[in-house]
Amino acid sequence: MTDNCVPRLSIAVQTALGPFCLQASLEVGAEPVALVGPNGSGKTSLLLSILGLRQLQRGRIVLSDEVLFDAALAIDRPTEERHLAYLPQDFGLFPHLSAIDNVAFALACRSERVNPRQRRDQAMTWLDRFGIGNLAERNPSRLSGGERQRVALARALASSPKALLLDEPTASLDVEARVEVRAFLAESIRSLGLPTILVTHDAMDVEALASRVAVLEKGQVVACALLRDICSAPPTSFASRMFCSSRVSGSVGIAGPFCNEDVRHN
Amino acid sequence: MVGLGGCLLLFIVLPFVALVLDGGPAAILRGLGCALTWPALRLSLGTTLVSVVLVVVGGTPLAWWLARSRWRSARWLEILLQLPVVIPPAVGGIALLLAFGRRGLFGGTLERLGWTPAFSVVAVIMAQVFVSAPFYLQAAVQAFGRLDPNLLAVARSLGASPPRLLFRVALPLARPWLIGGAAMSWARALGEFGATLMFAGNMTGKTQTLPLAIYTALELDIHTAQALSLLLVVFAFALLLSLRRFNRGVELTRQPATP
Repeated sequence: MTDNCVPRLSIAVQTALGPFCLQASLEVGAEPVALVGPNGSGKTSLLLSILGLRQLQRGRIVLSDEVLFDAALAIDRPTEERHLAYLPQDFGLFPHLSAIDNVAFALACRSERVNPRQRRDQAMTWLDRFGIGNLAERNPSRLSGGERQRVALARALASSPKALLLDEPTASLDVEARVEVRAFLAESIRSLGLPTILVTHDAMDVEALASRVAVLEKGQVVACALLRDICSAPPTSFASRMFCSSRVSGSVGIAGPFCNEDVRHN
Repeated sequence: MVGLGGCLLLFIVLPFVALVLDGGPAAILRGLGCALTWPALRLSLGTTLVSVVLVVVGGTPLAWWLARSRWRSARWLEILLQLPVVIPPAVGGIALLLAFGRRGLFGGTLERLGWTPAFSVVAVIMAQVFVSAPFYLQAAVQAFGRLDPNLLAVARSLGASPPRLLFRVALPLARPWLIGGAAMSWARALGEFGATLMFAGNMTGKTQTLPLAIYTALELDIHTAQALSLLLVVFAFALLLSLRRFNRGVELTRQPATP
């Protein structure tokens, strides 16, 4: 306990994954890590493995002082007991529930005893905190991309998670919403200080949201370093294309729209 | 091409036309007044209602498990559970008789427990559940299989227990298809004939459902059989219509409004 004041997610896993082997070691502390790599390199599979939704053959996943998975000790905590907030690409809001009921769902999962009215009040507090209290009764289909992202994050945090897993948080948004969401996410992640893993194809996401970058290639984490170092010496051709190394100077200004276009076409 | 399609269309529509028009309203009304009619209608509605409830209550968790199981045998089980659809209902009746009949495989055990289901109302319901459950199961397995895996993953990551996942996420999202499956299952139970005849018999007022009453009425007077058949058609048609209306309502509420 004593040496774990800073929450920490340690992952060392191995499992067969289609044509290759997913073999990844990753240490995530308070500094968010961006997971990048070409399509099919195993990014989403790694996220799902951490969540406990993919079977793993070997390895160990520890969140702070809690063992989530350990093949040798036959420990495999079910997803619902892992306390990991997962935000998929399309945010995964329940289409049959209003914004406030989406958040209340998360509250109900963690504390069954609270009466529904109290739970709604708490859910409202969460929505207000994210500036969307006025949208409480709206269904997800009637929310913009940015609003959906806020509801999803409010809901995730209402479940009092110990780590955050984000899968392409800006990919399904239009350009303007992307800028807004990125700023909002950056601020939220920073103030939460939870171990955060972010899968992304977007160099601007990496720059705005993550401090370190893990590069995945054919299921292997081939490098995990500060963004600056990845930029100055890209470990794979994918990383070099993604971060457009010629345009990088230090940690700022890595990605213009041109660079992003480049990445998208790969 | 059009001619062939037209032929099939006529072939399907004409019997219904005859069913409605033949003999005129007076004959049909007289048929409805037959002593067989009302006990059979009451029995049919009562037993099918119980059957459909049993099918849904048992079938929903089974389908949920089948849809989510990674176990290879679950696929085989799924095929096995479809068997009542493809076998002749009479075969189902014989199988039920051999299993739960007085001298059947489990009949002795049941009798010692003071329960002999064969040739009773319970047998009617058992036959209906046997033949109609696969329709609901198949619809439910498909509905659960089609759910967005991301939504289920998110729900679990938020801490949803397995029952909460089923009742608060999966069931509401799969509801239109579940209702469709339950309706098909109900229609099949309402039309059930062969297995009921074998396993429950054809006793007026006791085990004689509408389809069995039609069979009996045919020996008395064809217009009585016609009147009873029309009753079944009306129920089936009402079911189809309300289902369509219900599903259209669901689609409308699901359509994303333009912001």
